[in-house]
Amino acid sequence: MGKKADTIEREEVVVRFSGDSGDGMQLTGTLFSDTSAFIGNDLSTFPDYPSEIRAPQGTIGGVSGFQVHIGQTAIKTPGDYADILIAMNPAALKSNAKWVKEGGTIIIDEDSFDERGLQKAGYKTEDPIQEDKLDIFNIIKAPISSLTKEALKDMGLDPKSILRSKNMFALGMVYWIFDRPLSYTESFFQKKFKNKPLVVEANITVLRAGYNYAETMEHLAPSYKVSPAKIEKGTYRNISGNIATAWGLMAAAEKAGLELFCGSYPITPATEILQELSARKDLGVKTFQAEDEIAGICTSIGASFAGDLAVTSTSGPGLALKGEAIGLAVMTELPLVIVNVQRGGPSTGLPTKPEQSDLMQALYGRNGESPVVVMAASTPSDCFHYAFEAAKIALEHMTPVILLTDGFIANGSEPWRIPKMSEYPDIKAPIIKEEKKDWQPYARDAEKLARTWAIPGTIGMEHRIGGLEKDELKGSVSHDPMNHQRMTEIREEKVQRVSNFIPKLKVEGEETGKLLVVGWGGTYGHLATAVNELNAKGKKISLAHFNYIKPLPGNVKEVFSKFDKIVVCEINLGQFANYLRMTHPDFKYLQYNKIQGLPFTTIELKEHFEKLLEE
Amino acid sequence: MAEIQTLYTAKDFKSDQEVRWCPGCGDHAIMNAIQRALPELTHKKENFAFISGIGCSSRFPYYMNTYGFHSIHGRASAIASGVKVANPKLSVWQITGDGDAMAIGGNHFIHAIRRNIDINIILFNNEIYGLTKGQYSPTSKFGAVTKTSPYGTVEHPFHPGELVIGAQGKFFARTIDTNLKLSQDIFVEASRHDGTSVVEVLQNCVIYNDKTHAALSDKEHKEDRTIVLEHGKPMIFGKNRDKGLILDVENLKLKVVELGDKYSEKDLLIHNAEEKNPGIHAMLANMSYPELPVAFGVIRKVKAETYDKAVKRQVETVKAKSSFKCMDDLLNSGTTWEV
Repeated sequence: MGKKADTIEREEVVVRFSGDSGDGMQLTGTLFSDTSAFIGNDLSTFPDYPSEIRAPQGTIGGVSGFQVHIGQTAIKTPGDYADILIAMNPAALKSNAKWVKEGGTIIIDEDSFDERGLQKAGYKTEDPIQEDKLDIFNIIKAPISSLTKEALKDMGLDPKSILRSKNMFALGMVYWIFDRPLSYTESFFQKKFKNKPLVVEANITVLRAGYNYAETMEHLAPSYKVSPAKIEKGTYRNISGNIATAWGLMAAAEKAGLELFCGSYPITPATEILQELSARKDLGVKTFQAEDEIAGICTSIGASFAGDLAVTSTSGPGLALKGEAIGLAVMTELPLVIVNVQRGGPSTGLPTKPEQSDLMQALYGRNGESPVVVMAASTPSDCFHYAFEAAKIALEHMTPVILLTDGFIANGSEPWRIPKMSEYPDIKAPIIKEEKKDWQPYARDAEKLARTWAIPGTIGMEHRIGGLEKDELKGSVSHDPMNHQRMTEIREEKVQRVSNFIPKLKVEGEETGKLLVVGWGGTYGHLATAVNELNAKGKKISLAHFNYIKPLPGNVKEVFSKFDKIVVCEINLGQFANYLRMTHPDFKYLQYNKIQGLPFTTIELKEHFEKLLEE
Repeated sequence: MAEIQTLYTAKDFKSDQEVRWCPGCGDHAIMNAIQRALPELTHKKENFAFISGIGCSSRFPYYMNTYGFHSIHGRASAIASGVKVANPKLSVWQITGDGDAMAIGGNHFIHAIRRNIDINIILFNNEIYGLTKGQYSPTSKFGAVTKTSPYGTVEHPFHPGELVIGAQGKFFARTIDTNLKLSQDIFVEASRHDGTSVVEVLQNCVIYNDKTHAALSDKEHKEDRTIVLEHGKPMIFGKNRDKGLILDVENLKLKVVELGDKYSEKDLLIHNAEEKNPGIHAMLANMSYPELPVAFGVIRKVKAETYDKAVKRQVETVKAKSSFKCMDDLLNSGTTWEV
């Protein structure tokens, strides 16, 4: 290994891989992330792909990106701006250069910067560096395509297969820059293509060629050293939010001793939950790909009536279609988990981009007084925990629960210390196992107000439920005015009482101070990073991040009252801020909102918070 | 089977709820027929689940002393599908009307049939919206004058049988509210059929569409205007059993012939409900009076694997092969590393 003249030690580094959607950037990014995880870095990733399946090759619309943030400290976000950008074609450069830190490094495949490539990317001149004023960056022009061809010329592969390996050349270069071993990636190929030795050999050859090339060209590229992070001991794996959500639901079924049923309809960015659960028939999961969103939730309501842990997964437009059926689950007081992976709206909106704009829809988007429990996960890996909790609450309190995630945490991934199922509590649904004399379908327990669940097939417990207003005890149809008043109040009170069973709101940082940053759901990583960094600089700033929205934790007032200012930060126009104004009107809520289909950046947050602290 | 028959009587299936359909409504008779059919089946009472949508007929589950779910408009097929897949041992019945199943629930209806989920769909067809007081439905006859078509409808009706066959339905039968015995027998056969069974019941709405099926229930002429199909038997009908159906080969359509000098019973079509090719079944299901007699009885009954059984089989097969036995196995699968 060559000696590195210019090694920069860094606590954290952000790398962004970008190229045409056929260039294999997601795989390249994932392989780099895995290797970094193996050697002990903490990390966070975010794939950024186009919503069109196949935008014309070489155009901006077809650019696919993968950003990874690695560090020796705790990493909570995929990073705002990249230290290193890999741009496999002119379109990737054109659309991604704005995400590179000033002075950062950009590696381009100079072979792809021909007249046609430049034209397709929308460059007007032959010199993109000049044209887009990219000379503030350290640009490394590497003949990636031609060197890949050269490396594979004697292997008897067709030209198409040869060019398909060029991402490995780029990856090899990045490995040299970060002084990473190639062994993890090599064994990945050996396992994945064990029956195609030629493919294995080609990829490894190109990977090494890229590594060696970077070593030879060392004077061009700075190299970085990012030491292993100090993280809790245990067995780790990488996990994305959608997979974690699917697994959390399965874990809840196991702990409840019930079968899991998922009725769902494919919708970006939630589809992966249905896909993963479909693959998990090997653990007994029943999935039903319905004819539409409505049938997705209705089959689940049927399955819940029949005694399964029933869930449905969707995104904003699908939640709108499911509204009436959620009301049916409210009225029939059946357990049901609705996972809404939020995306940019309204209408079809920005299907692949994150947003937090379905909060009001989750809380109120139904006819009638229709209370449900609303929760939100905040990181890719804690989707497991909150999916488990959502199912636990649904089953133990006999209520529908909406779990909000978003495209950012659903597709993002991070290392996760694998829990043992013995660390998780049993879930006890109020199932009536055998005939009970004088049983009333809508009689409830005093503490939770949950009704009991008599499952078809249970002898002697035949009863009827439905969407018409229910008699307070018998559950038969009732049009009695006072009964409706009481039932409406009971349904609301039942949801509010969940507050006695959830953790108190925690404050990160001091419990008193000048500024309390308030957030919910998938913005946690950015908010926590910004607050921690300002704290480290001695600023009196803290974070209160919400995972339970309806009901809110019981100590909100206590937490809020200890700060001079409160700023509610959301990827929408202020839905949670308005909800807090309604539920806790004693406080003044400042807002920080962004709605660009993009996550916050810690830089913009810190700037804003510093301004608020100075005022 | 015989010993089970003595377990229940029709009375065991009546709930304590007051039945609130209009006096004279066809729904009363259909419910009687179902309550008489259930004791003939082998299922225990606690294993029946009646699922409905919205509409007059959808009140049905409240009047049954079984598990029941009165859901939302159009969605009964989807809810019933979920019930059956979650718990395949249940006998699942969907009670629906022409508005509930053919209009707002049309999508769920055809997909349940396509999947061949083992549910019994009883479609009460009165060709009108009764609960909302008299608007035309997707089965209302062309030109029907209703509250939302004061000048007559300008849309063509669905024929439920045609829709069922178009959706690859394996079981379709038709009966009429006034023929209790035929209805009872058909419900028993529908329940015994493994797969989605659709039974269209021609039902009279005494208030908003009275006598819409009168031509077929008329005591004097009904036997000349309808034919009760029986598997394996020649297609004979008429008060005097003197008419039959043949295939007019030249025009490829069904034709009524008089039995006598020119035609005898031997010339008539023999009903084969189990024929996989749905061609003749579609012709039979689409017969309409006055050109042809309207077909009653089980028109199509074809065996095929059901969705619920396929799901169960698949889950069992992949489970048996899988190295995952519990969540801990899954969580620790794939690439992991120690810190």
